[in-house]
Amino acid sequence: MKSWRAQVLVCAGAGCVSSGCRKIRDAIVAGVENHGLKQEVKVIETGCIGSCNLGPLVLINPEGVLYQKLTPEDARDIVAEHLAGGKLVERLLYKDPLTGRPVARLEEIDFFKYQQKIVLRNCGLIDPMNIEEYVAREGYQALHKVLTSMTPEKVVDEIIDSGLRGRGGAGFSTGLKWKFARQAQGALKYVVCNADEGDPGAFMDRSVLEGDPHSVIEAMAIAGYTIGSSQGYVYIRAEYPLAIERLEWAIRQARERKYLGRNIFGTGFDFDVEIRIGAGAFVCGEETALLTSIEGRRGEPRPRPPFPAVKGLFGFPTLINNVETYANIPAIILKGAQWFASFGTEKSKGTKVFALAGSVINTGLVEVPMGTTLRDLVFKIGGGIMDKKQFKAAQTGGPSGGCIPAEHLDIPIDYESLTRIGAIVGSGGLIITDENTCIVDFARFFMDFTQSESCGKCPPCRIGTKRILEILIRITQGRGREDDIDRLVELCNNIKDTALCGLGQTAPNPVLTTIKYFRDEYLEHINDKHCRAGVCRRLKKQAAVKIS
Amino acid sequence: MENQGCSCAPINEEDLYPKIEEIINQHRGNQNALIMVLHKAQNLFGYLPGRVQEMVSLGLGVPLSEVYGVATFYAFFSMVPKGRHEIKVCLGTACYVRGGQKIVEYLEKGLGVRVGDTTKDRRFSLNEVRCVGACSLAPAVLVNDDVYAQVDPAKVDEILVKYE
Amino acid sequence: MVTLTIDGQKVQVEEGTTILEAARKVNVRIPTLCYLPEVQAIGACRVCLVEVEGNRNLQPACVFPASEGLVVHTNNLRVRRARKFSVEMIVSDHPMDDCLTCPRNQKCELQKLADDLGIREVKFTGEKSGGQIDDLSPSIVRDQTKCILCRRCVTVCKEVQTVSAIYTQGRGFKTRVEPAFGRSLNDVSCTLCGQCILVCPVGAITEKENIEEVWHAIFDPSKFVVIQDAPAVRAALGEEFGYPPGTLVTGKMLAAVRRLGFNRVFDTNFAADLTIIEEGSELLKRIREGGVLPMITSCSPGWIKFIEHFYPDLLPHLSTCKSPHQMLGALTKTYYAEKAGIDPRDIVVVSVMPCTAKKFECSRPEMAGSGYRDVDYVITTRELAKMIRQAGIDFAGLENGYYDDPLGEYTGAATIFGATGGVMEAALRTACEVATGKTLENLDFQAVRGLDGIKEAVVPVDGIGNVKVAVAHGLGNARKIMERIKDGTADYHFIEIMCCPGGCVSGGGQPVPVNDEIRRLRAQALYQEDKNLKIRKSHENPSIKRIYEEFLGQPLGEKSHHLLHTKYTARGRF
Repeated sequence: MKSWRAQVLVCAGAGCVSSGCRKIRDAIVAGVENHGLKQEVKVIETGCIGSCNLGPLVLINPEGVLYQKLTPEDARDIVAEHLAGGKLVERLLYKDPLTGRPVARLEEIDFFKYQQKIVLRNCGLIDPMNIEEYVAREGYQALHKVLTSMTPEKVVDEIIDSGLRGRGGAGFSTGLKWKFARQAQGALKYVVCNADEGDPGAFMDRSVLEGDPHSVIEAMAIAGYTIGSSQGYVYIRAEYPLAIERLEWAIRQARERKYLGRNIFGTGFDFDVEIRIGAGAFVCGEETALLTSIEGRRGEPRPRPPFPAVKGLFGFPTLINNVETYANIPAIILKGAQWFASFGTEKSKGTKVFALAGSVINTGLVEVPMGTTLRDLVFKIGGGIMDKKQFKAAQTGGPSGGCIPAEHLDIPIDYESLTRIGAIVGSGGLIITDENTCIVDFARFFMDFTQSESCGKCPPCRIGTKRILEILIRITQGRGREDDIDRLVELCNNIKDTALCGLGQTAPNPVLTTIKYFRDEYLEHINDKHCRAGVCRRLKKQAAVKIS
Repeated sequence: MENQGCSCAPINEEDLYPKIEEIINQHRGNQNALIMVLHKAQNLFGYLPGRVQEMVSLGLGVPLSEVYGVATFYAFFSMVPKGRHEIKVCLGTACYVRGGQKIVEYLEKGLGVRVGDTTKDRRFSLNEVRCVGACSLAPAVLVNDDVYAQVDPAKVDEILVKYE
Repeated sequence: MVTLTIDGQKVQVEEGTTILEAARKVNVRIPTLCYLPEVQAIGACRVCLVEVEGNRNLQPACVFPASEGLVVHTNNLRVRRARKFSVEMIVSDHPMDDCLTCPRNQKCELQKLADDLGIREVKFTGEKSGGQIDDLSPSIVRDQTKCILCRRCVTVCKEVQTVSAIYTQGRGFKTRVEPAFGRSLNDVSCTLCGQCILVCPVGAITEKENIEEVWHAIFDPSKFVVIQDAPAVRAALGEEFGYPPGTLVTGKMLAAVRRLGFNRVFDTNFAADLTIIEEGSELLKRIREGGVLPMITSCSPGWIKFIEHFYPDLLPHLSTCKSPHQMLGALTKTYYAEKAGIDPRDIVVVSVMPCTAKKFECSRPEMAGSGYRDVDYVITTRELAKMIRQAGIDFAGLENGYYDDPLGEYTGAATIFGATGGVMEAALRTACEVATGKTLENLDFQAVRGLDGIKEAVVPVDGIGNVKVAVAHGLGNARKIMERIKDGTADYHFIEIMCCPGGCVSGGGQPVPVNDEIRRLRAQALYQEDKNLKIRKSHENPSIKRIYEEFLGQPLGEKSHHLLHTKYTARGRF
C-alpha cells in the first residue's frame, strides 16, 4: 500500500454533515491540490469521531492533531500552514475548558483520553465507503479465522467466555443467545441485526453503521457460521438515511470482494445480508416486534416463549443482536475472550458506548470500560455542566431508563449497579440535565414518548401509560391532587408487572425514579403550585414565601 | 436562470400509477414485502393514496384492511398529501432538553399550522420526530433530508428561505 | 409427557400444553379474556397472568407451554393484583355508564370478570379512547366505544373466515378495530356473517335488532304476521333459557311464538325440502345437459356475499335457488295468500334465523319475486329469545306447540340443513332415490357429517355414475375450494358450502358462546330429530307433493323460476 506523509481525516458522521463538513473536505482537497501535495497527503471522509459538538472537525495523522469548529477558510489555512508549512494552526485547536490552553493532540484531550475503543475501533479512522481500509485494519480476518480454524462450538465458547452481554438494553449473555440459536432445530435459520435504534438520545448504532459498517457485516457472517444460517437481515430505522446508504454500499462491496455470498473464503460457507427499513415505530426495537415488522406486518410484540432463538423470523430459529453487540464480535474473535474480559467489571465485561448529550460541555459518542463512574463520564469526559450550572440528574437508557440524581454520581455504570437504583444501562443514551430541567416535566416528556409509541396490544401499556401521562400533565399544569403520587406509583408498579413487552414493562422507570429521587419537586408542583425550574409555565417559578 | 423554478415541479399523480404498478409487480404475491412496497409508494406519491393501497392489497395478496392497518401503525406513512418540503423538528430527549419544543412552537406560529399539518400553499409540512441521532447538536431540525443542528428561532428563518 | 405443579398439585400433560389447559386438568380455571379456544391465543389482555417460578415476569397462561418441573402459582397476591389491574385498565377505558342499555348486559364477559376479580370501583379514570358507532349495515352494529381490543373478531374474520373486513388500525391509545379507511362494514367486502358477534366478549359488535319493527307488525291489526324459523334455531334457542347445548326445543319455541301473537307459524324446513327438489333438479339438469359444474349450494347468504366479492367469476357455479326462508316468504305471499284469501300486501313475513347475513339477504332488491318483499324482517335466535323474555313468557313451562299448514310440514332431510353437510346429505338421499327409483337402505351419509373443514364423498348413482361431492364450512374452507375450482382441480359435481364454521347451528345469530363442542351438540340434536322423524327424504314430504300439484307445477318450472330462483351480483373486491 502506498504510504502517505499525512492523512487528513474529515469527520463525516451525521452530526458533522449537518454542520457542513462537506465544504471543509472540498476546501481541503482543493487546497491540497493547489499546494501540489496530492501525492503526499490523503484526504479521507470518515465516520463519527465522537466529539460532535466540535464539528466540523478534522484529524491529521500521523501527528494526531485535531482541528475543530472549522469554516472553509479555516480549512485553507490548515492546508497552507499545517500541511504545507509544517506549523500548527493554534487558533483552530481544541481549548481546554478549564485552563483555556490549546490542546493539539486528540489523545491528550480529556474527552478522548479516558476512552477505550473496541466497538468504535475504526470509527473516525477509516473511510467507511472503502472496504480496503477496513481490511487493512484486520477486517474480515476474524471471519477468516472462524471459518478456517474454529468450530461453531468453539465460537460459542469464546463469546460466552468473553462475558459479552447484549448491548441493546436487556444485557442477556450474547454467547448463550448464540448457543440457543445454534442448538435450535430448523430447516432455515436467520441472523438479524437490530439497528432500530429508537431510544431518543442514543446514536451509537447509527455511528457504527455510518463509520464502520463492515464490522457489523463481518460479525453477522460469523454469527451465521456459528448458528448455521446463510441469511442475515439488518433492520434499520428509516430516520438514518446516511447509515442506510453506507451500509448498502458496504454490503455491495463485501459481496464484490466475496466476503458475502457463496463459498466464502473457499470454505463452502454461504452467507448474505439484506436490509429492511423500519417505518417509525419505537416498539420495533423489541425483538419480537422487529421480526414481525421484517415480515411486513404491524410491529406488535408477542409473548416469549417461544423465544426468537426457537421460533423467530418467518417461524424459524433466529439470532438477533443489536449493532453494538455485533461490532464487538470481530475484536473478541481476533484478540480473544480473555482480552475482552479484561475490561469492565466482574459481571459486566468489555466497554459500553454512551451517547453523551444534554447539558454537558463535551457531547458526543464515548466508549468507556464498563464500571466507569457516572462522575467520570460527566465531569472528566463530558467536561462538566455547561454555563457553570449544577448537575441535576442523568437519564440513562432513554424512555425505558431511570433518572440518576447527584447522590449517585459515583455509581459505576454497569448492568447490575444501575438496575439496583432503578435505572438501566439500556442502549446507552446518557442525557445530562441541569437545574433548568423540571423533573416532573422531564418524566412527562418520557411518558409522552412511550405513551405515543405504545403498540396498543396489551391494556396495561395502552391504557396505563395514558393514565400516567394524564396525571403528569395535570401536575405540570398546576392541577395536581394530593393522592397523585400514590396513584402514579400504583400505576407504575402494576404496569411493570403486567405489560406484555419490554416497552411497557420499562415505561414506568422514568416516573418511578424521578418520584424516588425528586419527590420534593413533585410535592412542590402538587402542593405549592411551584416549578423551581420555571418550565411549567402555568406554575409559579418562585416559591411562595414561607413564614415560619 | 430565471425560470429554473424548484426541482419538485408539481407532479401529476396519474403518471405515478404505472410506476407503482411496476414496483408492485416485482413483489407480486409476496406479503412480506408490504412495508417495503409502502415505503416505495410513499417515496413516489409523498403519501399513500387509497387507490395505491388497494393496488398494493391486490398485488401482494394482503387484505386491504391489513394494508391500512400497517400504514396506520407506522408513523412514517402518511394518508394525506404532504407539502413540497417536510420540516421535522427533533424532539428526542436531548433536543427536548435543549429547547426543541420552543422551535416547534415558533414554527407553528410562523407557518400558521399545527404539527402534522401542511401549509395552505403546500410549501411546508410540519412534523415532530423522535430523535434523528443528532443529540450532540441539539436541538436539531430536518428539512427533507438535510439536518440542521443547534437551531434557534433566528436560525429557523434563515433555513426556511432556502426552500421554495 | 411432562409433570408440572400448579398451585401445589402435580399434573401430567403433553409437553407444550399451555398452562391454561394444564390447570383445567386439576380443576383450576384461570380467567381469560382475549383467549378463545380454536380461534386465538395471543397473551395480549394480561388477564390470565400466572407466576411461573424462575421467570422474572408474570406469564400469560394461555400461551405459556408446560415443561417438566414447572412450578406455577395461579392464585397468589401478586397474580391477583396483576389480573385485577389488567381488568381495571380495560374498565377505565370502557363506557361503564352504558352497561344498563347494552345489548350484552348480563351476558358480558367483562362484567363477569370484573365481578369475579372483585372490582368494586372504577379506580382509574381519564380520557376514553372513544370511537364511532357503525350501524349502516342491515346486519351488524359495531360500537367502537365499547371495544376492548381483544382482537377476537379480527382473528376470526381473518384466520377463520379469510375475509379480513376488519383489522387493527392505528396504534397505542388510539388503536381501533375497523375496516380500512374507517369505512362502514356496509361499504366493504364484509360478508355480514356475524362470526365476530359470536366471539365479541362485550357489546362492541351486535346484530342490528329488528325486534321493535316486529312488535309493531304484531300489534298492527291490519297486518297478518307470519313467522318461520330455520332448523338451527330450535337446536340452540334453549341455551338462552338455561337448557344445556344440544337441547331441541321445537315444541316450546312454537308455543312461545304463537303466544307472542304471530298469526301463523310456518317452518323454513318446508322450504328446505323444496330446495332439495329444486336444487336436485337443477343439478341433474346441469349434469345431463352439460351445465356449469361443480354446482354449489346457495342457501347461505354470507357465503353468497363472499363469492360475489371475492370470486365473481365463479358465480355461474352457484345454484340459482334462493335460500329456503326466501322461498317460503315468496310462497307465503303467493300460494298461501291465495289459499287463505289474504291480500299479500297485508302479510308480514318474519324469519327467525341463526344468521345475521340473512338480514342483508332479505333486503336484496331481487328478493321480491311476488311483487312484495319475500321476507320483511329477519330476527336472530338471540332476538327471538329477547322477545320471549320481553313478553314475560315462562319458556320452560310451555306445552309443546305446532306448525301451521300448509307450509309447516317437513322431513328429517330438511332439519339437518342446520348442520354442515346436511344439505348435501338431504340432496343425496333424494338424488339416489329419484335417479334410480330404488329405495335407499341407509339414509345416513356419515362421510359428509362432522366438523372436518372439507369433507368429500363419492356416491355411485345408477344412470349417472359416480357422483363426486364436497362439503365445506367456514369461509376459509370455502376459499380453498374456490381456489381449487379456479385451478381446475375440483372435479366435483356438487359442493355444499356454509358460511359459518359448523354450519347454521353456529351462525352469527346464535346464542353465545359457540365452540366446537357446542357445534357438535347442536348438530347432534338435529341429527337426532332427523332420526326420530317418520319421513326423512324431502321428495316424500306430502306438502311438497301437494304444492307442486296445486301451485308450482314442476321443479324448475315457470313459477319456480319466478319465485324460488334468483340471480347474483358481482361486487367489488374491496
